[in-house]
Amino acid sequence: MRRRTNFRRPSVLPGFWPAFSYAVLYLSLIVLIPLSAVFLKAASTSWGHLWKTISAPNVVASYELSFGASLVAGLASAVVGFLVAWVLVRYQFPGKALADALVDLPFALPTAVAGIALTSLYTESGWVGRYLAPLGIKVAFTRLGVVVALTFIGLPFVVRSVQPVLGDADRELEEAAASLGATRWQIFRRVIFPIVRPALLTGFALAFARALGEYGSVIFISGNLPMKTEIAPLLIVTKLEQYDYAGAAAIAAVMLVASFAVLLGVNALQRRSRGFMETG
Amino acid sequence: MSAMPISSAPPAAPSSIRPPSYAAQDPAVVRWGLTALALGALGLFIVLPLVTIFVEAFRKGAAVYLAAVRQPDTIAAIKLSLVAAGIAVPLNLVFGVAAAWAVTKFQFKGRNVLISLIDIPFAVSPVVAGLVYVLVFGAQGWLGEWLAARDIRVIFALPGIVLATVFVTFPFVARELIALMESQGTEEEEAALVLGATGWQMFYKITLPNIKWGLLYGVVLCTARALGEFGAVSVVSGHIRGETNTLPLHVEILYNEYNYAGAFAVASLLSVVAVITLGLKKFLEWKTGRESR
Repeated sequence: MRRRTNFRRPSVLPGFWPAFSYAVLYLSLIVLIPLSAVFLKAASTSWGHLWKTISAPNVVASYELSFGASLVAGLASAVVGFLVAWVLVRYQFPGKALADALVDLPFALPTAVAGIALTSLYTESGWVGRYLAPLGIKVAFTRLGVVVALTFIGLPFVVRSVQPVLGDADRELEEAAASLGATRWQIFRRVIFPIVRPALLTGFALAFARALGEYGSVIFISGNLPMKTEIAPLLIVTKLEQYDYAGAAAIAAVMLVASFAVLLGVNALQRRSRGFMETG
Repeated sequence: MSAMPISSAPPAAPSSIRPPSYAAQDPAVVRWGLTALALGALGLFIVLPLVTIFVEAFRKGAAVYLAAVRQPDTIAAIKLSLVAAGIAVPLNLVFGVAAAWAVTKFQFKGRNVLISLIDIPFAVSPVVAGLVYVLVFGAQGWLGEWLAARDIRVIFALPGIVLATVFVTFPFVARELIALMESQGTEEEEAALVLGATGWQMFYKITLPNIKWGLLYGVVLCTARALGEFGAVSVVSGHIRGETNTLPLHVEILYNEYNYAGAFAVASLLSVVAVITLGLKKFLEWKTGRESR
């Protein structure tokens, strides 16, 4: 009895133990135990074999592509997403509600559908690709295509992170700065941007993390050329198709560690930005 | 203090309702220039792909479209997708309510750890989500031999597809309810108990009406993702036409067979679901009063 009251604060509400036990059991069975299988499987082979798998040239190339393209796409999402959030929060224009609703489309659209749609747009005969081809820009079946797909996926994360913060930002600060003689650009750089920066960073990190693991929207537009446009999740699938479970688990373990690191970073960022909001 | 990490569901859209006193001072050139740029970007990145799907789907005419949609393999894929979502969503719904109840109405040690753990599936690549079940239930997996001896198929069969779907949609309902119920506190439930309600009466008459719109919001997002999941399901399905092929996998198969009209026709069905999801999402955000937050 004493241990229980130490574990949780007493409450008159019923149902804690059934709800808590069920939640923990379900979480363990569906998520935690299966996920641990990845690390146990990767660890079941020797270090030498493990290292050989994740340092193979095609695996290293896929990590480089996945991290590089996710980084570039995250930055592109940050720029475009910030612009969209700015316009949606601060200006009035016809069709604004529709534009706002459409921002979430990349989230609602199945990734495979997005993948084939983007591919058909950006091939050399596609609606967009045909205008880029004369300029010597190839998108479909290149690394640029991977970036385009990942930017599509990342956009809503930035918009939805920045939008509330921009909406809540105190306009009086801007008016005070303006009355003190600041130019518009100075107000933006010195007053507005510092307020929005943590949210923008969070949005970027969320977009980056999602891009790292993204599969469906990328594999169509990338063309999956060995050493050139193979993303890391694709190599996991390839290893599985060859029944190389340990190899697949090894690649996956590295990706999981990277994702969790980003996740911890986001949490730390959000704690810091909350502190910023509370003190300032 | 709830952690808000990697999410597949971007937080809901708020919109500022304050009068744009200062923004009105932005020169018209800047205002319209930036608006045009932003709308151009949305048009290029979001509207154009959506339009393409329908144009490609009907490129060879309505007859080809209807034939592709009515094909037995497509019907089987629709059924399988609905069955998988129909099992996965209620499972995650029950979990979401239980987890949110434990986490928001009580204070206990490790509460924040539990909240963070619930979000893990959002940080995991869909491909890895499929892989974990192959490692557990696959032929060379932990339970592979045991299952084979009893002739139970999990991987390359419906149970695997359902498990993968459950995994990727795991946090949707829970995180929605946790955010909502945390803001509601425990006073109404305590009052009901003081007035003599039983636990279930309290739940049905007080808690459920309070959370119904948020619950529905979580269910909508969960269902949309369950119907559209590709990577995780692709790993565990085995791609057997007419048997273990969900709708998104069927799109891939048709596309890889160069049957573009067919692929886009099936894709257009999923796109309609996506557009309906966006509409429902907006409606429920309005219902839960997110807009004014």
